[in-house]
Amino acid sequence: MEETLQKILEEYRKNEGNIVTILQDIEKTFGYIPEEAVTWFSKKLDIPASRFFGVATFYSQFHLKPRGRNIITVCRGTACHVKGSERLINRLFIELDITDNEDTTSDQKFTVEKVNCIGACGIAPVAVVNHEVHGKMSLDKMMKEVRKLKKSE
Amino acid sequence: MDKEIVIKVCTGTGGVASGGEKVLSAFQDAIAATGIEATFYEKCTTKKVGCRGFCSKDVLVDILINGEKTTYKHVKVDMVPRIFDEHIVKGNPVAEWTVEDDYYTFHEKQQKVVLSHCGEIDPEDIDAYIAVGGYEAARKAILSMSPEEIVDAVKKSNLRGRGGAGFPTGLKWELGLRIRSDIKFVICNGDEGDPGAFMDRSVMEGDPHSVIEGMIICAKATGSRRGYIYVRAEYPLAVKRLQLAIDMCHKQKFLGKKIFGSDFDFDLSIFQGAGAFVCGEATALMRSIEGKRGMPSPKMWRSAEKGLWDKPTVLNNVETFANIPRIILKGASWYRNLGTERSGGTKVFSITGKVKNTGLVEVPLGVSLRHIIYDIGGGIEGDKTFKAIQTGGPSGGCIPAEHLDIEVDYESLAQVGSIMGSGGMVVLDETSCMVNTAKFFLEFTQEESCGKCTPCRIGTKRMLEILGRITRGKGRDGDIELLEELGRYIRAASLCGLGMTAPNPVLSTLRYFRHEYEAHIKEKRCPAAVCRDLITYTIHEEICKGCGACKKVCPADAIRGTRKTPHKIDQSLCVKCGTCFDACKFKSIMKA
Repeated sequence: MEETLQKILEEYRKNEGNIVTILQDIEKTFGYIPEEAVTWFSKKLDIPASRFFGVATFYSQFHLKPRGRNIITVCRGTACHVKGSERLINRLFIELDITDNEDTTSDQKFTVEKVNCIGACGIAPVAVVNHEVHGKMSLDKMMKEVRKLKKSE
Repeated sequence: MDKEIVIKVCTGTGGVASGGEKVLSAFQDAIAATGIEATFYEKCTTKKVGCRGFCSKDVLVDILINGEKTTYKHVKVDMVPRIFDEHIVKGNPVAEWTVEDDYYTFHEKQQKVVLSHCGEIDPEDIDAYIAVGGYEAARKAILSMSPEEIVDAVKKSNLRGRGGAGFPTGLKWELGLRIRSDIKFVICNGDEGDPGAFMDRSVMEGDPHSVIEGMIICAKATGSRRGYIYVRAEYPLAVKRLQLAIDMCHKQKFLGKKIFGSDFDFDLSIFQGAGAFVCGEATALMRSIEGKRGMPSPKMWRSAEKGLWDKPTVLNNVETFANIPRIILKGASWYRNLGTERSGGTKVFSITGKVKNTGLVEVPLGVSLRHIIYDIGGGIEGDKTFKAIQTGGPSGGCIPAEHLDIEVDYESLAQVGSIMGSGGMVVLDETSCMVNTAKFFLEFTQEESCGKCTPCRIGTKRMLEILGRITRGKGRDGDIELLEELGRYIRAASLCGLGMTAPNPVLSTLRYFRHEYEAHIKEKRCPAAVCRDLITYTIHEEICKGCGACKKVCPADAIRGTRKTPHKIDQSLCVKCGTCFDACKFKSIMKA
């Protein structure tokens, strides 16, 4: 980990970065923000860890807990809402057995999350399955994707 | 073969999601595979183009043979060989796959200024932009115009901030010019956070150079050397295309030191947001670039005086900047005459929801909502009844049918209790529940409230709780009045625009659709059959054929019945997900 963090630190120095850019790099590398990474940077830069956590908890892009290997993001923008995206999410939670206040399955296979709007409103409702945008999502299509991912696991 | 053939494939976010990249490479493969004369290869080019605003018909493909354009809709990879063989090689378009009249009326009824390049040129190719007159305006501004002349032109054009508030752009620039400082910044606000709005995304993806050019002109006008484009994290493709555009500008010396050979320096970089709606607010956005929590601060002074790192900063929206090169080239009076007396030019709206043609629409300010919904949008999907149009995103309001004929501009929308906002328009029909819609927006603002000031942080939470109990059938007498009172206080006492406008969706629906709230509270009934706790799904025994389709898809195993006999839903197990309702081919499942 040390080595990776060192690289991020170099990037930070080279590009005149800040806490947000450091956290973005950490998130990109590890898929979440590990506590050790924050303490490491806090010591190196002499910035209190609370400042890092303050920023990390403010923005929705940062996650403090590890996420699932497959990430399904359902758009909750207005157009998607009107076209029934709430039902997609509810169904995913039931199907994947994710309990309230959680977003990841206990076996770390799936994370289901909401996004405010990805701006693909013309093909609503939209879901992003592992970085691939799927438009005009129906419950049926959604479940097919989930089954496909379950199989490949 | 002496034909010149151009194949344009839409590769905006919508296009890519529908398989645009694959279609493009299928065409490229097809060209490479044909053994026709070598000259054919040279004369036949493929181009990726940005969003043309009609995403529901994606993937859209234009085929131009000697300039004559044929457009195909819903193109899939397996359709490519036939189109290629019959149309490109033999010259007979595949009529059954081409777009119908609605595609042309959708476009003909619009007036494209900002979107004029989107869907026409390759956004990843600077030469394509230069070929349509790109960077002429920046060259003119830098080499032959004084800052005062530029500011004057923008002022005369009557252009107002397209981010939503409608502050006159020329005045903002004038302020930026007058302030004396060794360091000044130009920022482009590409944090298009309003759910249901995607015009800025389309411009950044489809015509990134126009935004950069607008910023260069602004830098010259205000004497700034450094600029940032703040793009939200949810728009990866926009970030990629803008970065590519900036890199190409460096090579052409349109950015960097001594641009266009003058002694003017200006450089630009992208800052990626990290997912916070409130960062669309100017002061919050600047804190975010500084690497802090993106919380708004009281506006003691304008950003043009004290902005990023306390230096004078001119901050404009993507669409505002994209308008600038056109104003400089075609003249301020041309632009001014496009709009109304109070606001010049055109505005891009994204029209979505229950309307036939969803997509981006650019019209001169001052046209009616009816024109946008019916003439361009094609009317309501499934020919249902129009109920309301929601404008301005979570800060806006719902406008009912009786106001469809108002002229769209900043002031008139405010008069009917909504706002222009960034330009998102969501059409709602009889099957949309207004209480649920208001709750949806409040859920959003409540979650996105940064928590700094109490009226917004706690007020929106309380309003949401009240709306929550109303939609669950637990509403009490006096709830409506309480919502109105809270809404007034939040509006008056919040620190930034997020809080000040957060109650709008509730207040405007209360104003026009009070009876729906009353039905929820007094009769415990959702008239549109949307609110989950107030509806039950039942199977109509006479219509049910006992095919078992519903039983198969039910995630809660709540449907009982043997084949070929009417089925029943066990209400104690039903989770009201609605899957069975969709699955039934005989419409035997009732929702009430």
